[in-house]
Amino acid sequence: MAGNSEPLSPRAKLAVTAGKAAAAVSRVAGRGSGSVIGGKVALRFDPDLLARLARHLDVILVSATNGKTTTTRLLAEALRAGGPVVSNALGANMPAGITSALAGGSEARFGVIEVDEKYLAGVARDVAPKAIALLNLSRDQLDRAAETRMLAEKWREGLAGVEAIIIANADDPLITWAASSSPTVVWVAAGQAWKDDAWSCPSCGGVLQRPSEDWFCGECGFRRPTPTWALSGDHVVDPYGSAWPIQLQLPGRANKSNAAMSAAAAAAFGIDPKVALERMYSVQAVAGRYDVVTFQQRELRLLLAKNPAGWLETFSLIDGPPTPVILSVNARGADGTDTSWLWDVDYTRLAGHPIMVIGDRKLDLAVRLEVAGLQFRVCANLDEAVRSAPPGRIEAIANYTAFQDLRRRVGN
Amino acid sequence: MSESSLRLVWVYPDLLSTYGDQGNALVVEHRATQRRVPVSRVDVRSDQPVPTSGDIYLIGGGEDRPQRLAAERLRRDGGLSRAVANGAIVFSVCAGYQILGHEFVNDLGRPEPGLGLLDVVSVRGEGERCVGDVLADIDPQLGLPPLTGFENHQGVTHVGPQARPFARLRMGKGNGTGDGTEGAFNDTVFGTYMHGPVMARNPQIADLLIKLALDVNALPPVDDQWFEALRSERIAASVQPA
Ligand SMILES: [Zn+2]
Repeated sequence: MAGNSEPLSPRAKLAVTAGKAAAAVSRVAGRGSGSVIGGKVALRFDPDLLARLARHLDVILVSATNGKTTTTRLLAEALRAGGPVVSNALGANMPAGITSALAGGSEARFGVIEVDEKYLAGVARDVAPKAIALLNLSRDQLDRAAETRMLAEKWREGLAGVEAIIIANADDPLITWAASSSPTVVWVAAGQAWKDDAWSCPSCGGVLQRPSEDWFCGECGFRRPTPTWALSGDHVVDPYGSAWPIQLQLPGRANKSNAAMSAAAAAAFGIDPKVALERMYSVQAVAGRYDVVTFQQRELRLLLAKNPAGWLETFSLIDGPPTPVILSVNARGADGTDTSWLWDVDYTRLAGHPIMVIGDRKLDLAVRLEVAGLQFRVCANLDEAVRSAPPGRIEAIANYTAFQDLRRRVGN
Repeated sequence: MSESSLRLVWVYPDLLSTYGDQGNALVVEHRATQRRVPVSRVDVRSDQPVPTSGDIYLIGGGEDRPQRLAAERLRRDGGLSRAVANGAIVFSVCAGYQILGHEFVNDLGRPEPGLGLLDVVSVRGEGERCVGDVLADIDPQLGLPPLTGFENHQGVTHVGPQARPFARLRMGKGNGTGDGTEGAFNDTVFGTYMHGPVMARNPQIADLLIKLALDVNALPPVDDQWFEALRSERIAASVQPA
């Protein structure tokens, strides 16, 4: 707990020092921020280091398919109202990256930690968090990731013995299934635009009925829990029925949902929703996402969309036609090498926009758009796409490594 | 060519649509519409009866438990089997392919009866999952160009005497039997392990199904520029992996 900071053992101190040295070497060698390699070295010196580093913190874990990096940032900002925060704000969300981030926060009171979906149960066991925020689960990188429903099942098993308060999105049946074995759950109606991974009941396999906002299984009685917090348009409604305005620099419904989850989570740490939400306004582009940059005398907004649920949320926040849209898709290791998911995305939503396609898999996109009945232009690279775009701010939507390529090209 | 529309039935998207399977339905619709053949598409959820009056049925890939649920519900419903008895065309992918056979191994590790519409039997593979690009030569009797696709499965499917392998592999694992076969077919029922989705990379398969359903030998040509560009790129990539 905070304020009760037990000094690190000599071995743990040595591990932290070794980790910092390795991180410094990695930075000098030009291999990124060095946080992951530093954490790996430190964990090798002291496998219990993560648990020990977390012991003096009030920790909250954040996991999801989409929005975990942004939510971690929003929540960290909110909790700073109550004291210093340490966080893996750069998205290094596996145990080594988390260890490295925590090693840099010996003065902190709160730890706000983004966790990769596959590691959630293990990290939850190691760091004994006070709370865990679970936002959403949907298909992502199917060539290598666990099946979505199996992931929910593993979370459920892993979290059953964890004492943390779970802050869970009641509008996502898979999240509800994962959370509902826990003794203390704060249910948030945070919304879910993408529904195609939860048509069958996680409990019995029956077909889920989804009339408007509600959902329930007609066969076994598994149903949407009654939420105590809710996202309602531009407001968060707290358990007392008070509606607090959400004001963010980040666009879109999905970020309002992230803010609602963050406000509910911050309340579990005694932070007033009004204060929490006001502080979230300061969060700007996270790792380049939503950044507006100038490139070739044109304004480009950089949007990351990694999977069908992410594309759906992104389409809902872009400027309407005739705003030009550049789409870029790669299928390198970090993206998932199977491009089948393109066919789960409803590209007809882009009707009326001039569309330019680029990226390693621009031909997959071309076929997808042709079948969707859209006009588009296949371009060799970003420069050509920008040159051929009609006037106006350009929305550039890309999946993971394609997004990194965009950032590199525009010098962001 | 009949004046009535082509009736396309997508079977159980709530259970079997994990790998962009909607793509096959969209490509069949697109290729038919381009030939001015009107299409009426019905997506049948697993709590609804499968209509027996369809011309082409598509059934896709899914996770292990949904696969068992789909097999249970299709056996109980009987609609798909009646449609095949009426001469309907069926094209199945991955989990759907296994369901059309006599038997597969379910999520509980037990043999699960399929619909017996295609003479194949599937078991669980011992080794690693088959994941990656595939290139194969389709049975010459079907008159189609090479098959390109993406596979991601752990099944091993043995093709019996009442069916023929759909293709002979040049790259990839296909049926996983080690005999170089991929997929299976008989007169009206087709099965493959290929995602991609397979018809986005092989629109000629969609054309074949349309021809069989309309009982015509040829279809008017259409502009294949992007389909062909994608095919060439993927075939080159599977021969020379990046
Ligand atoms: Zn149920």
